[in-house]
Amino acid sequence: MSDVKTVFGSLANYQKGGVAVIDDDPKNYVFSNVFEVADKSKPYERVAVGKNFQYVIECVRAEGDSPWYACAHDEFALVMDGKVEIRLVKPTDPLVPEDKSGAIKLAAAPKGKKMGRVVAGRGHMTLLPKGSAYQFHADAPSVVTIQTIAGDVTIERWSEICQTAE
Amino acid sequence: MSSKTAYSVDATEPDNYYGYRRFKKGKFAFRRDEYFVHIDWPKGSHTLPADAFLRALQRDVAWNFFYGTVNFDSVFGTLNHYGTVDMFAGTFNDAYKSAGLDYLETYNAEDLMTTFKAILDDWTNAGYDPFAAPEETDQAYGRKHGDNRDAINRLRVTAKRMVGIPGDTPVRTDKTGYPVNRQFADVEQDVPEVQAEPGFEKEVAAFNLFAYLSRSDVTWNPSVCSVVKESLYCPTSEEFTLPVEHGNDRVEWFMQMSDEIVWVVKDKDTGRPRARVTCKPGDICAMPADIRHQGFSPKRSMLLVWENASNEIPKLINEGRAPVVPVKF
Repeated sequence: MSDVKTVFGSLANYQKGGVAVIDDDPKNYVFSNVFEVADKSKPYERVAVGKNFQYVIECVRAEGDSPWYACAHDEFALVMDGKVEIRLVKPTDPLVPEDKSGAIKLAAAPKGKKMGRVVAGRGHMTLLPKGSAYQFHADAPSVVTIQTIAGDVTIERWSEICQTAE
Repeated sequence: MSSKTAYSVDATEPDNYYGYRRFKKGKFAFRRDEYFVHIDWPKGSHTLPADAFLRALQRDVAWNFFYGTVNFDSVFGTLNHYGTVDMFAGTFNDAYKSAGLDYLETYNAEDLMTTFKAILDDWTNAGYDPFAAPEETDQAYGRKHGDNRDAINRLRVTAKRMVGIPGDTPVRTDKTGYPVNRQFADVEQDVPEVQAEPGFEKEVAAFNLFAYLSRSDVTWNPSVCSVVKESLYCPTSEEFTLPVEHGNDRVEWFMQMSDEIVWVVKDKDTGRPRARVTCKPGDICAMPADIRHQGFSPKRSMLLVWENASNEIPKLINEGRAPVVPVKF
């Protein structure tokens, strides 16, 4: 029997590393931790933890039901802690212009055809397909990161989440 | 009708004693003995251990010269211009540059790749796998004995949309030749519960990324697993040392998904130390576009490398129209 121990993080148990500067500014590394960000976020705030021009990685504290979202391009949700249900609907009419970047929040559940559902645990990645609407649900606080493009629901608060000094 | 240029390789017959061929590319000359690789160019020469050279060469070949600079060590490497490639010695080393000993030649990328593949093929002995962690492979040393073409010719995985979607890159299993790695023996192999309504089987999709990575048979070889236009998730399993110092020509992001990696960060042009970044599970950080970095992973770990693949970015940064850091706050 192997005694190997792979270490993952969680909301309940995470440790941060950090930037030790020799000749630099730690802010250049935009260093944060997704469990800490989720720990300090309200449910379903989509907080950017990575940004590369228009593209972002959002960090989400999943807890209870999320609003419904829609997006004109693919997104991918990676569960980093907990268990999250993702409900998918194909709207009867397009909800987002094709050239719109990022997800939008819907006022209510969309009318449309049920596409299916995914129940994802730690390490599971789920496609949030373009042109669909989706809702997250988590019975217990969980952490999800989303590969997407910055949009209306993306929150940027870098000075609050990132290492600013040694 | 298309035509494909066949590039020639300037190589000698195998050496009578060591059994290895010597190679030339432009005014660069390459030879190896039992332990070392020796590189000569008009202004100087350089020596590095054969295993270190082969591990770096393997990445440069597999990554098709990657994004930016691939420093085999502090002296020798390549710089990708996406179509052409510079091969250099001392160009990004303060001392060599100051002394005027630096040297650089530019080649068509396919031309140089042809020579690099020939060197890798000839100098990799039976049992030595440059992609593997040191504990998982025989040594690179000794006189020429056999080859390991199956290992060095592995294809880099590139999902078009996401791993596991019907028609896209498949998930890894025992049956497809990807057993769980010894250092990830405790990683859960469960699968997401996917319920797709009829007609939506290609759109309602999910897979276990951590299980997928636990079955990777290579180290330090990012592979595209999900794609949002030019945003590429390139997760990888890491153990021991990143075999190159990667010099960024754009911002690159790292999210540590398991265990720990320490990154030693130096100035891209001079090699002067700038920072040491320790990443633990859940940590996420950017590597600015004006640095080079090398990672050290004491235990096999899971790292998400996140790239923006736009070809416009190096030009924007070089012309000062885009910053070398991703956000300012």
